[in-house]
Amino acid sequence: MTQASDLASSYDLVVIGGGPAGLAAASLAARAGLATVLFDENPGVGGQIYRGITSTPVTNRAVLGEDYWAGAELAADAKASGVVIATGATVWSLDPSLQVGVTIGGRTRVIQAKRVIAATGALERPFPIPGWTLPGVMTVGAAQTALKAQGLVPKGRTVMAGAGPLLWLLAAQLLRAGARVEAILDTAPRVNWLRALLHAPDFAFSPYWSKGLALLREVKAKVPVIRTATLAALGDDRLREVAFDGRRLPADLLLLHQGVVPNVNLAMAAGIEHRWNERRLCFEPVLDEDLGSSVPGIAVAGDGAGIAGGTAAAERGRIAALAAVRALKPEVAVPDTQAVRQKLRREERGRAFLDWLYRPGEQLRLPAGDVIVCRCEEVTAGQVRAAVDLGCEGPNQMKAFLRCGMGPCQGRLCGLTVSELIAQRRGVSPDVVGHYRLRPPVKPITLGELASLPISEAERRAVER
Amino acid sequence: MFRRLDDSGVTLSLTVDGKPIRARSGDSVAAAMLAAGIERCRATPVSEAPRAPYCLMGVCFDCLVTIDGVGSRQACLVPVRDGMAVETQLGKRQAGR
Repeated sequence: MTQASDLASSYDLVVIGGGPAGLAAASLAARAGLATVLFDENPGVGGQIYRGITSTPVTNRAVLGEDYWAGAELAADAKASGVVIATGATVWSLDPSLQVGVTIGGRTRVIQAKRVIAATGALERPFPIPGWTLPGVMTVGAAQTALKAQGLVPKGRTVMAGAGPLLWLLAAQLLRAGARVEAILDTAPRVNWLRALLHAPDFAFSPYWSKGLALLREVKAKVPVIRTATLAALGDDRLREVAFDGRRLPADLLLLHQGVVPNVNLAMAAGIEHRWNERRLCFEPVLDEDLGSSVPGIAVAGDGAGIAGGTAAAERGRIAALAAVRALKPEVAVPDTQAVRQKLRREERGRAFLDWLYRPGEQLRLPAGDVIVCRCEEVTAGQVRAAVDLGCEGPNQMKAFLRCGMGPCQGRLCGLTVSELIAQRRGVSPDVVGHYRLRPPVKPITLGELASLPISEAERRAVER
Repeated sequence: MFRRLDDSGVTLSLTVDGKPIRARSGDSVAAAMLAAGIERCRATPVSEAPRAPYCLMGVCFDCLVTIDGVGSRQACLVPVRDGMAVETQLGKRQAGR
C-alpha cells in the first residue's frame, strides 16, 4: 500500500482515476520512462467498469462475463509498468498550476505535476422520480458494484427500471448469479427509435450489435419487460411499491438507471471549459485531438471526456499518455498515435445509435411539482421553477435561493437536473445557464487531514510570532 | 435487501450502533451493513428522512456514517476492519457528539 509519506513531491505525470483510461495511460507513460503516479479513491484499481478486478469474490467467470475479466490484463499491465499506484487516495484539488491535493489514510500531500491526466470517469445520470430518496431505492450501478466488489446480490422482490446498456447487463449478471428480478420497467421513449435508426448501419458494424442482442434475449427470456412513461417509488420509511402507468408492483428493492454522464467535478474545479452536448444531455469537457483540455497540461481521458465505454476509455488513456510522453520525453520512441486513434474510432462506432436509443425522456429528467431534485438539501423541482420565475437565472444564484447543490455531494446528483430545469423554464440552452461553479476541495477532507500537510521551516516562520 | 453469494470468509466483526455484525475482508462498511440487513445509514439534517446507500461509488453521500468516532464518512468507500465501531447519523450533528 502506497502511503502519503511514500510519495515524491513532484512527478512527470499524475493520473487521477484507476479505471481503464487511467490504468492504460499510467502504464504507457511509466513504460516510456515518465515518473508516474496513479491515484484512485477506491480500495483497488479498476474503476467502476472493472470494479474489484483484483479482489472480487465472484469467481465464476460466467457471472460477470468476459468483458469484465478483460480488465484483469489492464490492471496487471499497469502494476508491472513501474507506475506508483496509490489506492484509497482521495484527490480533492487540481489547479491550473498542476498542483494536485491528495489525502491517503488521513495524511495529505500537495504534489506538483508536469502533466495531469484526469480519468475520473462517469456517474449515473440523476433519476429524479417521486420517492427516489427512500431506502430500498438504489442505482443499477450500485447493485453492480455490490456484486463485483463484494459478491452481494439482491434478495426479496427486485424491480429494475430505466434504460441503457448497463441496465440490461446487470439484469443478465444478476440472473446468472442466481438472483431473481421481478420485472424490468423500460422507460426509453419509443420515439427514440426514429433518431436511433439513422445510426443503425454504424451500430450494426460495431461490437455492441451482437453482444447487445444476445444480452436482451438472455434477460427477456426470464424477466417480464414492461414499457412505461411514468415511474414512482412509494413507501413511508422505505420502498414498498413501484408505481408506473397506473399500475403498482410490491417491491423490496428498486434499481434505477438512465445512462451515465461524465463525472465533471474535478475537471470543472480545475477550470476546464465544458460544453453542453444536446444528444447526450450532459456537460462534456472541450478537448483537442490529444484530449488536452483548455487548461494547459491537463488532459481528460476515459468516460469523463464523453461517454464511450471501457475499451474506448483505455484507448483514450493511451492517446493522452502519448501526448504527455511526446511533451516531456520527445526522445523516447512511442507507439503511433494514429494507430491508437483508429482503434478508438472503431470502439466509438455505434455510440450515436445507443445515445439516441436510450436518451431519457423529459418527464424522467425534469420532474413535475414536488419531486426532490437535490437529495442533500431536499430541494424540489417546483422550488427551482418558482425561483426561476422570481428572476433566478442560473445554478449559482440558485444556491443562494435554495441551497441546492450545496450539500455533501456537491451537486453531483442534482447538477444536471437543476441546470436543465432552469434552462427549460427560461427557454434557453443549458449551455447558457451553465453548471454549478465547482471549487476545491471537490471531496470533503477534515481540518486534521489538511493540517497534516508537511510545512517547511520558512512557512512555519512566516506565521509564527 | 442483499445476500452474499458465498458466506465463506465472513470472519470479521464490527458493531453498528453497538450491535455486532459480521463482515468479510474486502467489504466496504456500506456493503457489510447491507449484507447484515441494516437499511438506514442516516437521517437527513434537513427533514430527518431516512437514507440508505444509493450509488455505492462515492458520489451520492447518502451512506454517511460515523466510523470510530469520525462523523460523515462515506461508508461505501471505507473498507471494514475487525473491531470497527460504526454509528448511524441522526439529523443534524449534535454538539458534543
